Amino acid sequence: MKILVAVKRVIDYNVQIRVKEDGSGIVTDNVKMSTNPPDDNAIEEAVKIKESGKATEVVAVTVGEEKAQETVRKALAVGADRGIHIKAEGIVEPLAVAKILQKIIEKEKPDLVFMGKQAIDDDCNQTGQMLSALLNWPQATFASKIEIKDKKLEVIREIDEGLETIEVNLPAIVTCDLRLNEPRYASLPNIMKAKKKPIEQMSALDLGVDTTPRVQLIKVEEPPTRKAGIKVSSVAELVQKLKNEAKVI
Amino acid sequence: MLREAMDYDVVIVGGGPSGLSTAIKLKQLNPELNVCLLEKASEIGAHILSGNVFETRALDELFPNWKELNAPIKTKVSKEKFLFLSKSKSLSWPTWLLPSVQQNHKNYIISLANLCRWLAEQAEALGVEIFPGFPASEILYNDDGSVKGVATQDMGIDKEGNKKDSFEPGIELIGKVTVFAEGCRGHLGKELIKKFNLDEGKDPQQYGIGFKEIWEVDEKKHHEGMVIHTVGWPLDNNTYGGSFIYHAENKQIFLGYVIGLDYKNPYLSPFDEFQKFKTHPSIKKIIEGGKRISYGARALIEGGLQSLPKMFMPGALLIGCDAGTLNMPKIKGSHTAMKSGMIAAETIFEKLKDNKDLSIYEDKFKKSWVYEELYAARNVKPSFSWGLIFGIIFTGIDQILFRGKLPLTLNHKHADHETLKPANQMPKIEYPKPNGVITFDKTSSVYLTGTNHTDNQPVHLKLKDPNLPINYTLEKFDEPAQRYCPAGVYEIHVENNVNKFVINSQNCIHCKTCDIKEPSQNIEWVTPEGGGGPKYGNT
Repeated sequence: MKILVAVKRVIDYNVQIRVKEDGSGIVTDNVKMSTNPPDDNAIEEAVKIKESGKATEVVAVTVGEEKAQETVRKALAVGADRGIHIKAEGIVEPLAVAKILQKIIEKEKPDLVFMGKQAIDDDCNQTGQMLSALLNWPQATFASKIEIKDKKLEVIREIDEGLETIEVNLPAIVTCDLRLNEPRYASLPNIMKAKKKPIEQMSALDLGVDTTPRVQLIKVEEPPTRKAGIKVSSVAELVQKLKNEAKVI
Repeated sequence: MLREAMDYDVVIVGGGPSGLSTAIKLKQLNPELNVCLLEKASEIGAHILSGNVFETRALDELFPNWKELNAPIKTKVSKEKFLFLSKSKSLSWPTWLLPSVQQNHKNYIISLANLCRWLAEQAEALGVEIFPGFPASEILYNDDGSVKGVATQDMGIDKEGNKKDSFEPGIELIGKVTVFAEGCRGHLGKELIKKFNLDEGKDPQQYGIGFKEIWEVDEKKHHEGMVIHTVGWPLDNNTYGGSFIYHAENKQIFLGYVIGLDYKNPYLSPFDEFQKFKTHPSIKKIIEGGKRISYGARALIEGGLQSLPKMFMPGALLIGCDAGTLNMPKIKGSHTAMKSGMIAAETIFEKLKDNKDLSIYEDKFKKSWVYEELYAARNVKPSFSWGLIFGIIFTGIDQILFRGKLPLTLNHKHADHETLKPANQMPKIEYPKPNGVITFDKTSSVYLTGTNHTDNQPVHLKLKDPNLPINYTLEKFDEPAQRYCPAGVYEIHVENNVNKFVINSQNCIHCKTCDIKEPSQNIEWVTPEGGGGPKYGNT
């Protein structure tokens, strides 16, 4: 079995996001970038499945600028076998990413496709679902437990009401939740070995996918800062303020 | 459990200006050498914080074509001011009356973090293997006592010291020579200085704590290339310190404050002095209406030549501010750190080629311009132990009339942890509450640093005696850790009328001040899990 894992390079989750002064986007210069956190879970799960003997190859794929390769390199350092980097500049929307992945999947013919449930930069949570529609494959989103059963997959999903267990036929698309596993650390010798693993590079154009955004970005703004609270001296004053000023009771 | 080992010609600990310069120079001298460099931050630059007005002397030697290579050094100093502050007034000192070491017209306003990122790119292009996120936590020795290399930190250990599922053992990196370039108060450097008596016959090292904020201000208030330094208010005559205000590119202002850690009053809070400084009318008017976008703090070396330890030992070299090559009157350490690293590379090259002893480092260092600079600068900092006014008068005579050639050398008498007076002998200091516009609290400041340490790992700030903070330091000094820590790591909590010393180690921004200033040297900074600490941008 071959598993394809899609990973995305995003601003590190510890970094405080800053909006560009002209409102055209967010500041990314000299900002620490990392792999999108749930994508780390996706890689970890794929590597675990391979280690258990149920998969033979894990391929990591990313879409983005030249430096997005680092994200593939990191996946290789924790156990992926080889990488694919599709070069694209600027914002690449979920539909374009899904179309690129569709082309890669047609070529690579994996049995399973893993990716994070959503990226922490745009919070779209769309790529997996769109990809499943394009391929007409079953999808299992927000997976917190995955079990391979012959030609089927049993997946526990994290949903608003609790946990939902579903079964999907292979090949399938699975989007991973943070609760799925604890990603391992890349060890130093493995980072060294990863430098020698192959990363195939191509452009979105080579695959015939137009990545021109379909959504027009009008303005990015910071959320308004919360105003400082006030202290009241009595319950009566509190009730009066809630009634007359806040108008909530 | 046996750790895996990897052999290199040279192992470098620390990806700052000195370590990166060693790595680059080594590969320039001999491209065949196997060189690796370890960095505790998640990426090169993420733990680098500095003013910084940069003198290009060392870089000119390392990369004469740095401009063509597009080094992030763009803003030439165009105007300079030196101000004496009183509570509400400021007096401008004519720049032609400044000692030449404090004149900056040939220098550049840069982000040292960005310069390090660039240096790392050059190093990698030359074939240096750089490993960010891997702190060297342990020194390895050969049977004959010489340094053999270092081991990286184990990953995936829980609070109690047990292995988690994600446990990943550290790796031994064995070098023919190991270079320690951890920066000011490196925790391995500290061990080496002690083990090999490198500071024998030297004065105690002197430190300062430096703060930096980056502000984005209105175009009209911004004069790219302008450099301002101040002394005086809010510090009293007996506390050593001053500020910098650098108008950098992109409408940014690098605003900072440095305070000598030899201060005496345990109630003094360096962080709050810096915040208060910004309320001075001549400072406030620059940043008013602007936005603070970054914050950080880091200890720095002030001891100069008198406190500079021996920089070589069997199997290893100690360079940059891990030893202490900062030029205090110049308020610059990047160029001297780089040069000390380049000399290290030349020394190692000769050792590996002709089997020369590492002690040739000393001779090379003494013949270099770094030594010349540090020699001329040596009397400035100690003269300020007489107070700001006498310090300035002496410095004027020493630096302007004699250009540092006075035939006497003043000494540093005390280590910084010895200078605090008991709390009951010193006045309490009330600091104004932060207003959230110009002045801020520690919590919102640390938030800007992007600092994080993985949950459930051992506390990396070790107490030699866990009861000392409450039984002794709180009583005698009102536990100054609450105030000298720029990140609010140390707190005294009262639970059921019992005082409790709390260490919020996840907030630690790796400045090392506690390791330096704790009066009983009871706090020891050790490396946390790799990648932890701040994620500084263009600081």
